[in-house]
Amino acid sequence: MTRLACLLAPLLGFGASLSAQSLAIRADLLHTAAGPALKDGVVLIQDGKIRAVGRASEVKIPSGVAVRRAKVATPGFVDGRSTVGLSGLLNQPHDQDQLEASAPLQPELRALDAYNGRDPLVAYVRSLGVTTVHTGHGPGALISGQTFVVKTDAPEVTRGVLKAEAMVAATLGDGARGRDGKAPGTRAKQIAMLRAELVAAQEYARKQKDAEKGKEPSRDLRKEALLPVLRGELPLLVTAHRAQDILSVLRLAKEFGLAIVLDGGAEAYLVLDELKAAKVPVLLHPTMARAGGETENLSLETAAKLKAAGIPFAFQSGFEGYVPKTRVVLFEAAMAAANGLAFDDVLQALTLAPARLLGVADRVGSLEPGKDGDVALFDGDPFEWTTHCVGTVIGGVVASEGEETGREVPPAR
Amino acid sequence: MNRIVLALASSLALVTLHAQEKPHAFVGARILPIEGPELESGVLVVQHGKIVAVGGPGTAIPADAIRHDAKGKVIMPGLIDTHSHIGSPEGADSAAPIQPEVRVSDSLNLRSATVMKARAGGITTVNVMPGSGHLLSGQTIYLKLRGGETVDALAIQKKADGSYLGGMKMANGTNPRRGGQPGTTGFPGTRAKSAALVREQFVKAQEYQRKLREAGDDPKKRPARDLAMEALVEVLEGRRVVHHHTHRHDDILTVLRLAKEFGFKVVLHHLSEGWRVADEVAKSGFGASVIVVDSPGGKLEAKDIRMTTPAALAKAGALVGFHTDDPITDSRWFMRSAALAVRAGMDRRAALEGMTLNGAKLLDLQDRVGSLKPGKDADFLLLSGDPLSVYAHVEQTWVEGAKVFDRGDPDQRKYAVGGFGASHDTDDLTHLLALEAEETYQ
Repeated sequence: MTRLACLLAPLLGFGASLSAQSLAIRADLLHTAAGPALKDGVVLIQDGKIRAVGRASEVKIPSGVAVRRAKVATPGFVDGRSTVGLSGLLNQPHDQDQLEASAPLQPELRALDAYNGRDPLVAYVRSLGVTTVHTGHGPGALISGQTFVVKTDAPEVTRGVLKAEAMVAATLGDGARGRDGKAPGTRAKQIAMLRAELVAAQEYARKQKDAEKGKEPSRDLRKEALLPVLRGELPLLVTAHRAQDILSVLRLAKEFGLAIVLDGGAEAYLVLDELKAAKVPVLLHPTMARAGGETENLSLETAAKLKAAGIPFAFQSGFEGYVPKTRVVLFEAAMAAANGLAFDDVLQALTLAPARLLGVADRVGSLEPGKDGDVALFDGDPFEWTTHCVGTVIGGVVASEGEETGREVPPAR
Repeated sequence: MNRIVLALASSLALVTLHAQEKPHAFVGARILPIEGPELESGVLVVQHGKIVAVGGPGTAIPADAIRHDAKGKVIMPGLIDTHSHIGSPEGADSAAPIQPEVRVSDSLNLRSATVMKARAGGITTVNVMPGSGHLLSGQTIYLKLRGGETVDALAIQKKADGSYLGGMKMANGTNPRRGGQPGTTGFPGTRAKSAALVREQFVKAQEYQRKLREAGDDPKKRPARDLAMEALVEVLEGRRVVHHHTHRHDDILTVLRLAKEFGFKVVLHHLSEGWRVADEVAKSGFGASVIVVDSPGGKLEAKDIRMTTPAALAKAGALVGFHTDDPITDSRWFMRSAALAVRAGMDRRAALEGMTLNGAKLLDLQDRVGSLKPGKDADFLLLSGDPLSVYAHVEQTWVEGAKVFDRGDPDQRKYAVGGFGASHDTDDLTHLLALEAEETYQ
């Protein structure tokens, strides 16, 4: 049951929440991400959860359950890496909470304490099929803080949170250089500082463990935040683009036994063997990211190369500092569909692959019985520029009635 | 004419000259001429850099033509990007908010990979502009993306005096409102001051224009040369169109008010809130060059930007073109802008015209480019599919009868898809385009 249902059920009574969260979706073409696409397929959602998936002839829709029809339906998209809800639409100081620039290492900053689910950009990406988003602290500091995973229909973090702590976000290269002579000034210094930070956290863990009862070291939130990373329970999400920085990440992971997720990876295609051997998954930079600076060598074909190499990867919308204020993961994925990645592989990297990578595949990422009733509806090939997302369903509730790109032309005033 | 053609012509002499006369015929493609109906199994014949014939399967193909099998391809006019920053353009500096004498042509690096990427995106004509951090940041330049690396090779020269065609870049709203910023002098702090500063300069220019007129042919009576005033007089006399950055609904109307007061010709650019004042824009008779971005926000003026603006303006009756504002959107996905406008309600035909003929009209180049019509420049694209489809690629870009991009060549392909070195300056452009030359002389 979704958290929404948990909250509402005691208030409204079971019946009320059941009817609100029951919906059958019948699509001419149903992509489940868990098997081949079904022609004339039905997803039956009851009490927010998927109860049945199959051909229309096979799934019995109980009376009283509304049926919504669409040409094409897919699992709701899982945006692999974003900063929506922290980097607000207006791009003014009061709505930019994705980066705290006062110090280079702040793993204790929690995404929960910053997320604004009411920012218009959350609704915007939801209207384009995104039902789950991995968001939080952005790139731009050696360690900028934590990320979390949340449903895009949750206005507050009191509900809709799939993972309160998903990863700890780090950045290597130019993006993490200190300004005005502040450390870290160089790449080597960046790695030295990360190693020192991890060693200090190891030391803290050892002292905690060895201390007699009542004589434990006083709590240190910064070091505490790195303990699950050192235990390999929480991945270190490292934004790195240059091949040399990617290899530095792998070296660091090996030294400390870290679980690493590579974010960005503009030059990942140069080090495919190394990534594969290290079993590092990739949250690939937005396909249409601007090629400049450390991303100057990015390629539209990297997704296809990662697929061919057998490296797990997912699409993301990333962080944008100007116009447009967010990318849309659907659009980024579509460009990969036009550059060597097969349709089904693109869909995987938008749905089940990110769900697995984020550790939430038991809840979302595919249309299978028992999972959340999160579905995106389209009037054609979802990747075509001229197709529309005609509805986004979260937990069996229509959370967006159509995309906010403005399908209808309003009157001049 | 292509510089490679020139270079080879001098070395290969008569053989080359003779071969150069041969027409090219592209046979069997679906042709979108923009002016006139779409043609199935069409034929396009080009020669001497111009379009000779466009028609259905029965179109006469000259016996000596080099035939290109274009079955399964789509042919359309080269794209016209009415607002771009490829080639590392620079304009005015921080010394003053209005600098009409500054020319973007004096700053360009046309070996920049951004130029090659624009060719790979199918852009054949482009208005390269200085930025929007000034009320008036200088003179823009219209380029044809021929196979060259210098301003002279790519510029469109006025017949009379050899000067380059271009417009004048202006901006209002928040970008030029830099009053008090360290290192700036004389910049406005408010919108009203912005308009006042602009009006002040145009009043001065009217005065200068009057003195010029009164002096007539008498050099002794002429006012001392003033480069800024000379450029503004060109604007006042409609010989140089204003390309005006403007986002908010009220800022758009301010541009129209100033244009009316001083009688200059203007093209409105960006128009984030154009959907709010579509009727006023249409009524003004001035054209609109619209940007389409993936989401709203990023700056206050773009908080209400909508993909519906092109449709709203076109439905209201305005002339609507598109631009990339490269690097805001990448030149390689210019067609995507038009497609997203269709997604948001624009008519397919209007969107196709927006990328081509309407862009030409906004730059006053409709007699030369923007559609496949006999007599116009042979600027066209071979696409693998429909231009409004994500799955279509630009396979070849031709400018004035010469191929300037070929996705089939691995060295050039990287400018379309990216990869190692794809953002480096193209110091080997001549080598890259040699392929085209070889084909021409076969």
